[in-house]
Amino acid sequence: MKVLVPVKRVIDYNVKVRVKADGSGVDLANVKMSMNPFDEIAVEEAIRLKEKGAVEEIVVVSIGVKQAQETLRTALAMGADRAILVVAADDVHQDIEPLAVAKILAKIVEEEQPGLVIAGKQAIDNDMNATGQMLSALLGWGQATFASEVEIAGDAAKVTREVDGGLQTISVKLPAIITADLRLNEPRYASLPNIMKAKKKPLDEKTAADYGVDVSPRLEVVKTAEPAGRSAGIKVGSVDELVAKLKDAGVV
Amino acid sequence: MAVLLIAEVNGADLALDATAKAVSAAKALGDVTVLVAGSGIGGAADAAAKIAGVSKVLSADDAAYAHGLAEPLADLVVSLAGGYSHIVAPSTASAKNALPRIAALLDVMVISDVTGVVDADTFERPIYAGNAIQTVKSKDATKVLTVRTASFEAAGEGGSASVEAAAAAGDKGLSAWVEDKVAASDRPELTSAKIVVSGGRGVGSEESFGIIAALADKLGAAVGASRAAVDSGFAPNDWQVGQTGKVVAPELYIACGISGAIQHLAGMKDSKIIVAINKDEEAPIFQVADFGLVADLFDAVPELTSKL
Ligand SMILES: Cc1cc2nc3c(=O)[nH]c(=O)nc-3n(C[C@H](O)[C@H](O)[C@H](O)COP(=O)(O)OP(=O)(O)OC[C@H]3O[C@@H](n4cnc5c(N)ncnc54)[C@H](O)[C@@H]3O)c2cc1C
Ligand SMILES: Nc1ncnc2c1ncn2[C@@H]1O[C@H](COP(=O)(O)O)[C@@H](O)[C@H]1O
Repeated sequence: MKVLVPVKRVIDYNVKVRVKADGSGVDLANVKMSMNPFDEIAVEEAIRLKEKGAVEEIVVVSIGVKQAQETLRTALAMGADRAILVVAADDVHQDIEPLAVAKILAKIVEEEQPGLVIAGKQAIDNDMNATGQMLSALLGWGQATFASEVEIAGDAAKVTREVDGGLQTISVKLPAIITADLRLNEPRYASLPNIMKAKKKPLDEKTAADYGVDVSPRLEVVKTAEPAGRSAGIKVGSVDELVAKLKDAGVV
Repeated sequence: MAVLLIAEVNGADLALDATAKAVSAAKALGDVTVLVAGSGIGGAADAAAKIAGVSKVLSADDAAYAHGLAEPLADLVVSLAGGYSHIVAPSTASAKNALPRIAALLDVMVISDVTGVVDADTFERPIYAGNAIQTVKSKDATKVLTVRTASFEAAGEGGSASVEAAAAAGDKGLSAWVEDKVAASDRPELTSAKIVVSGGRGVGSEESFGIIAALADKLGAAVGASRAAVDSGFAPNDWQVGQTGKVVAPELYIACGISGAIQHLAGMKDSKIIVAINKDEEAPIFQVADFGLVADLFDAVPELTSKL
């Protein structure tokens, strides 16, 4: 079976995000960018399935600016076999919406015919949590989101999902979409020899137009603002003082 | 304008708080019809009909909807979607699972985690773990959105909407439910609790989480956790508060042994009063805490429990 893993280039999760003074967005110039953390987990899961013999080939795909190449190289260094870069923007500030991403991915799925797509649950920049579900709708496939455990059993995947009340296990027919949650695995680091080897792995470059997908946004960003700030209060010296303050505030 | 609001259902019961909060957001958009989908949900449909501001309830009582599987629920909602300008649900795990699927089937974008309604097309939502608030105007014919419950007051009771049966839309059998592992608890639910006591990596073990739970029980509070505490196996996944966990805004949030990473703050910084107990006086959590106590939590938390 072939597995497709979409990986997004996003601001590194350790970077302090700054809203641009003119309210036009978030400053991404000269900021450290990395693979979306959930996508590292998705790539890792695909590699583990390959190591178990359930998967033969792992194809990673990224849609966005040309620099997303670096993200794909990282995935190749972790252990993916092949990459497809879909250039859909030339400004790093332009985010391609999940619906357009899902439409491009659906075309790639038609071409590549994977038995499984493993995406991240959520991109930590737009925090949409939508692409996997949208792709699965467009393909008419089943979906198993927020996965914390995946087991391939014949023509189905048994997936444990993190839900509001705890855990839910479902069985989804293949081909299907799985989205990775935090507890699915701990992604490996790429070793130096593997980083070198990754430079020679195939990376195909395409454009959104090659797939005939219109990536113009459905949601017009009117403005981007700083959230309401919260100032530090006071330090209390003892538990007694804390209890007195909480009583004064009327919350206990 | 007409809104189809998808009620949150747990088992056969209405999740009243989450649904009533979404009703508050939806009322601003138009006439609200609530869809209750599940199996044996007659009581839930009646409960939804009593929420003030609901004008009609559609009850889709069918085994296909018993476990909230996204595919049949999405097909049902799409079969009913004609005539509605907005499809709305509270931002729960089940709605986050289904609404993007519904949006894609309607060829529209989903607008996730709405924290403010500006007008019928324009919404506010947090991005980058709440480090920025984006205002977006939708160009789509139908707006599909999830609303963050922590940002809206629950609509009250006192409604008397009619309840009609909705025809089921079949099940293609793309996925099947196997089992739920849901721990029963007498504590209030995390996202609706007035007080939340949370523990982080500093708590150190699953057993030590007992002192967090004891304080919570003394206060009638829910228990929360940081990602590090969940990853380490000290606490179950459904206790995680944060960017990719639950978002809470209680009257009082007590963070014990939590450093205050931005991803954690994203889930609790709208709490009315924040208390931080941490032995590191430099911990970033103190930058958002109204009352900070620099102390070892193993001394301070039991002492607090005994003195309240
Ligand atoms: C994609 C992604 C998503 C994430 N989503 C979330 C999320 O939703 N929620 C979330 O919480 N995190 C999330 N994180 C993780 C986040 O970045 C932090 O790693 C995490 O919040 C740290 O948890 P912590 O504060 O418990 O642990 P630490 O940062 O290790 O802090 C432990 C604290 O305990 C204190 N301490 C230790 N012992 C004691 C003691 N005896 N008494 C008092 N204090 C003590 C220490 O001083 C320290 O400040 C996410 C990260 C990523 C990359
Ligand atoms: N531009 C993109 N390129 C590749 N994968 C993407 C892109 N956008 C989203 N994804 C995938 O979809 C997941 C969910 O993203 P989102 O729906 O934006 O929160 C991510 O974790 C990725 O796996």
